[in-house]
Amino acid sequence: MLSVSGLDVSFRTMRGDVKAVSDVSFDLKRGEVLALVGESGSGKSVSTRAVMGIVRGNATINARRMELAGHDLLTADEEQKRKLRGRVISLVFQDALSALNPVLSIGDQLGELYRTHLGVSKKEARERSIELLRSVHLASADKRIDDYPHQFSGGMRQRILIASAIALKPEVLIADEPTTALDVTVQAQILDLLDELRDELGMAILLITHDLGVVARMAERVAVMYAGRLVETGSVDDIFRAPAHPYTAALMASAPRIETVEKLEPIKGSPPNLIAPPPGCAFNPRCTHLGELCTKVRPELVGDLPGRSRACHYPLVETAHVG
Amino acid sequence: MSAEPILEARGLSKTFRAGGAVFGKQFHAVKDVSLAVMPGETLAVVGESGCGKSTLARMLVGLETPDEGEILFRGAPIKRDRALRRQVQMVFQDPYLSLNPRRTVLDIVAEPLDVHGLAKGAARTARVEELLTAVGLDPAASSRFPHEFSGGQRQRIGIARALAAEPSVLVCDEPVSALDVSVQAQVVNLLIDLQKRLGIAIIFIAHDLAVVRAISHRVMVMYLGRAVEEGGADQVLVTPNHPYTVALRGSALEPDPARARLARGKATRGEPPNPVNPPPGCRFNPRCPRVTDECRKDEPQMKRHSDAAGVSGVACYHPVREAAELSA
Repeated sequence: MLSVSGLDVSFRTMRGDVKAVSDVSFDLKRGEVLALVGESGSGKSVSTRAVMGIVRGNATINARRMELAGHDLLTADEEQKRKLRGRVISLVFQDALSALNPVLSIGDQLGELYRTHLGVSKKEARERSIELLRSVHLASADKRIDDYPHQFSGGMRQRILIASAIALKPEVLIADEPTTALDVTVQAQILDLLDELRDELGMAILLITHDLGVVARMAERVAVMYAGRLVETGSVDDIFRAPAHPYTAALMASAPRIETVEKLEPIKGSPPNLIAPPPGCAFNPRCTHLGELCTKVRPELVGDLPGRSRACHYPLVETAHVG
Repeated sequence: MSAEPILEARGLSKTFRAGGAVFGKQFHAVKDVSLAVMPGETLAVVGESGCGKSTLARMLVGLETPDEGEILFRGAPIKRDRALRRQVQMVFQDPYLSLNPRRTVLDIVAEPLDVHGLAKGAARTARVEELLTAVGLDPAASSRFPHEFSGGQRQRIGIARALAAEPSVLVCDEPVSALDVSVQAQVVNLLIDLQKRLGIAIIFIAHDLAVVRAISHRVMVMYLGRAVEEGGADQVLVTPNHPYTVALRGSALEPDPARARLARGKATRGEPPNPVNPPPGCRFNPRCPRVTDECRKDEPQMKRHSDAAGVSGVACYHPVREAAELSA
């Protein structure tokens, strides 16, 4: 459905070029959920915004390939991309309050989608909007269609935002931290809704998150990012069972669990400055599994097991096999 | 641990007016909440947004005045006594908003020393450097400004400031929820280490059950201004007794695919209602799978029960484990 290869995004700043994303490649297959995981500043959001063509500021975007459902995004002009957005690919943001227009009623915002993209009448757009809100289980949709965003709770706003994203039945949904701002019991409802819509519409979901619990619950495949690069990819089951990259392993060890009380293992230090990343592997100053090559040569992303790849000179999984 | 609580709250209530101070509708942000924390112990207060946990924290440190109830330090009412106030310090949630951007780290951390007249001149600087070292920062950082630090480092500065007054109790309001997981673990471990070294009691306000599990000895769960369950961390988090705690536990996702996938399709219905119009009876009744007519009439009171594992309590007519079963 969506295939990206060799994506680079850099921002020009007063202090130098920030390489926010370097050589990122991924494929999203029809109907699957791929999670892009990383901490703040890892480049996960910027990567997907580059795909959507909505990166703000003075960014330079380069890629070897960027294809969406048979359309080449690299050669498409603005008008063609505008048509793809909404119908083929769509985005759900984290903060529903700032993603919705505060001075338009929900009915007007959703209706506008149908009127501009499908050219239907005002009356039909309204009926379709009510139908749409029902499909995301918004209670008494027909009565609340004329309400404004501030009149809804956080969970309901997220439902409305998801409704606007799926209005034109896209084939790919990018969900950027869709539940981070919500309470856990409401998060559970929104994740159930995404599962349900995925089954109904057969859409593929690219899930951007920092939360390993959400990845474990939602995704089939996962791509881990650190300092703008992919460090490990593979199936959720494989990677959670035996991470190959020391960063993935460290991230999992630092996450607290409810069933067991063990001393948490934080990752020492903090993520690198992307203007002047450390030589070799960007994770080397924080890595506990350091070898001779790590500070000299940047490891490439290579596959070592079927369906898995990692960018590490001394991966943990191989070591385990030898031992 | 001594038998006397270091900090105790009895029947705290706080009302606010929603939509204007005069014509707004009055509602309870916190209603009749009691708690006690022992020296060297961590009590976590858990709940979702609007449950009153932050208002409770602000009352404990004196940033809000309770409408009803009292707060006792070693058995003595705190009220306006400055020397007692000093014993209870707060660490705030957002390390970006809680540090004055125009002051150096030295002045930020030294503020409690200045306010309470604890140290001056060279002793003041030496004490700040000692505090920075205690929280894992370079003492040379004292001449820098907050914007030069990462989120985790700023939270360390906030902790150093709270420790400057030499408190016996630290009230931490969501101290790690704005931080990345790897950094969050650093701050949680720092609080655990400081507690071991200094013997301070911690009241840890949080919404993340897994973080709470890592740090707390005892847990109190709040819903819409009320305490609904309390007890040892093991008991409350692993074998919850109140249906709301069960719902929270079921929604918490862990980095374990087999376990996390069990949560699919099992979301609890509804959302926390507006505290301005709480439902009659038990406040959780519209969302509760165990609801009966009784629950819609009268609000259940906290029933405490004491055994070898300590005191536990639940405010529910139909807890998961019935009282008979508990005392058997």
